[in-house]
Amino acid sequence: MLEISGLEVSYGAIRALHGVSVRVPDKAIVTLIGANGAGKSTLLRTVSGLAKATAGTVRYDGEDITGLPPHAIVARGLCHVPEGRMVFANLTVAENLRMGAYLRRDSAGVAADLDYCFETFPRLKERISQSAGTLSGGEQQMLAIARAIMGKPRCLMLDEPSLGIAPILVRNIFKQIVAINRDRGITVLLVEQNANLALKISSYGYVLETGRVIRENDSLALRNDPSVREAYLGG
Amino acid sequence: MSDPTNPSFRQRPLDSFFQQLVNGLALGSVYALIALGYTMVYGVLRFINFAHADVLMLGAFSAYFLSPAVGLVLPLPGIAGSLVVMLISAAICAGVGILIEIFAYRPLRGRPKLTVLITAIGVSLLIEYACQHRAVFGAATRPFPTLFRERNLDLFGVTISSNDLVVVLVTALLLTGMWFIVHRTRVGIAMRAVSFNPQAAALMGININRVISFTFGLGSALAAVAGILYAMKAPGIEPLMGIHPGLRAFVAAVLGGIGNLPGASLGGLLLGLLETFAGGIPGLSNYRDAIAFSILILILLFKPAGLLGKSSVEKV
Ligand SMILES: Nc1ncnc2c1ncn2[C@@H]1O[C@H](COP(=O)(O)OP(=O)(O)OP(=O)(O)O)[C@@H](O)[C@H]1O
Ligand SMILES: [Mg+2]
Repeated sequence: MLEISGLEVSYGAIRALHGVSVRVPDKAIVTLIGANGAGKSTLLRTVSGLAKATAGTVRYDGEDITGLPPHAIVARGLCHVPEGRMVFANLTVAENLRMGAYLRRDSAGVAADLDYCFETFPRLKERISQSAGTLSGGEQQMLAIARAIMGKPRCLMLDEPSLGIAPILVRNIFKQIVAINRDRGITVLLVEQNANLALKISSYGYVLETGRVIRENDSLALRNDPSVREAYLGG
Repeated sequence: MSDPTNPSFRQRPLDSFFQQLVNGLALGSVYALIALGYTMVYGVLRFINFAHADVLMLGAFSAYFLSPAVGLVLPLPGIAGSLVVMLISAAICAGVGILIEIFAYRPLRGRPKLTVLITAIGVSLLIEYACQHRAVFGAATRPFPTLFRERNLDLFGVTISSNDLVVVLVTALLLTGMWFIVHRTRVGIAMRAVSFNPQAAALMGININRVISFTFGLGSALAAVAGILYAMKAPGIEPLMGIHPGLRAFVAAVLGGIGNLPGASLGGLLLGLLETFAGGIPGLSNYRDAIAFSILILILLFKPAGLLGKSSVEKV
């Protein structure tokens, strides 16, 4: 479904990605792990059109989407929940969700998805007319995911959904990611520091190091890989 | 007191507090409408569009040239005719504002803000001096056509000008409309989203450029109406007429908290009232700007983010 090949991205003189190739099959959960500064966020930002590639291609549904503006990529059903959530703090929870559904015209479908989001994250329903800036970090993360669901994506890229969230909530968020993938058939590309959990819920994983894929394998195999264990799973 | 740039709003005998109040509200309304444009553009692009004051002037000139034509179809002075003149002028200026953004500011997107700011000053000077050219409008002051026949209305024993009432009513209508657009419509909420974080907004599928164009169009349309309302009470119109109210409105936007829409309206009204009342103090009328701006500086000393500016948590 999503095929990234030979992607190269530079910030000025700094090369952040040196020819990265990643494949995400339809309806799968694929994990991308790597140390700080490895280039994980850069990869997602380039796929969603926020950053520009100097070489390589991104194909989605067999179509070349390299270099398209972000709104055109979202319109194809490829959504990106960026690192640090980026909820609109000046908008209410309801308005944030409405922005998630910005491109949709099927009001019945939007209403149904809104119900689904509130079912999945009841906390959001209680805070519906509160401005998003006043939500806790965990609630903002829920809002960011719910907002992405409102866009009715076919493929969802999540950048560190567990960042800064209490361990007990992290499990809940991961459970919801699995549910979204299973119930709605949404393909997921997951970037995580919490490699252990991420590899548990995904079928395949990639390890990124200073802008290169240094390892890729079935998630189970990666979890048992001694060098991966040592570097990313705490031994 | 004779201030060649803006004598009109205060020349009536200042006999009662309420008349002052209405005068101040009318002047403040015009400032508020202009200030909204400054603050909206600042909200989405984080720079001050100095050419905004000149769009206001173009609005007045549009009305000047449109009135004879509209007068052939609808009675002018008259409410329907005036509204048509305002609407067409607003549409023309919306187009001008959108074009200014596309040609002058869009190529500089992502460049240092100072570059954009200086470009804005350049655009402003370009419009002002091009319009002063003989082949365009010329530098001379022209009499502005009468849109609404002015009458003195007796309201609870206070005599007020019907034109002041028109200014206040039109502004109230536009502010309500603005509130509705910004809080209830898809494009309005998108505007606030872009203002908070353009990248996150782009990830929602929002076409940033389209929202920016919309913002410029909306702000410029308001400026056009403000220009017409201002011209209705000014002795005439000329290509530099936007500078005075433009500067006041800019200050009003900062006073209210730049980027904050209710703040811009509040700042405009407050500035209009301050200026009018300061001008009404016997013997001090020549110092009205000094008094008004001293109060402003005081307010900003205590609230540096402006009256409603929430120190950058909530923008717009
Ligand atoms: N806007 C930028 N300008 C310059 N360099 C950048 C920029 N964004 C990222 N980089 C650099 O690109 C490299 C990859 O950054 P990226 O954010 O993709 O890493 P990451 O794997 O997501 O890290 P983390 O786990 O800390 O989020 C880093 O060396 C970073 O310093
Ligand atoms: Mg990152």
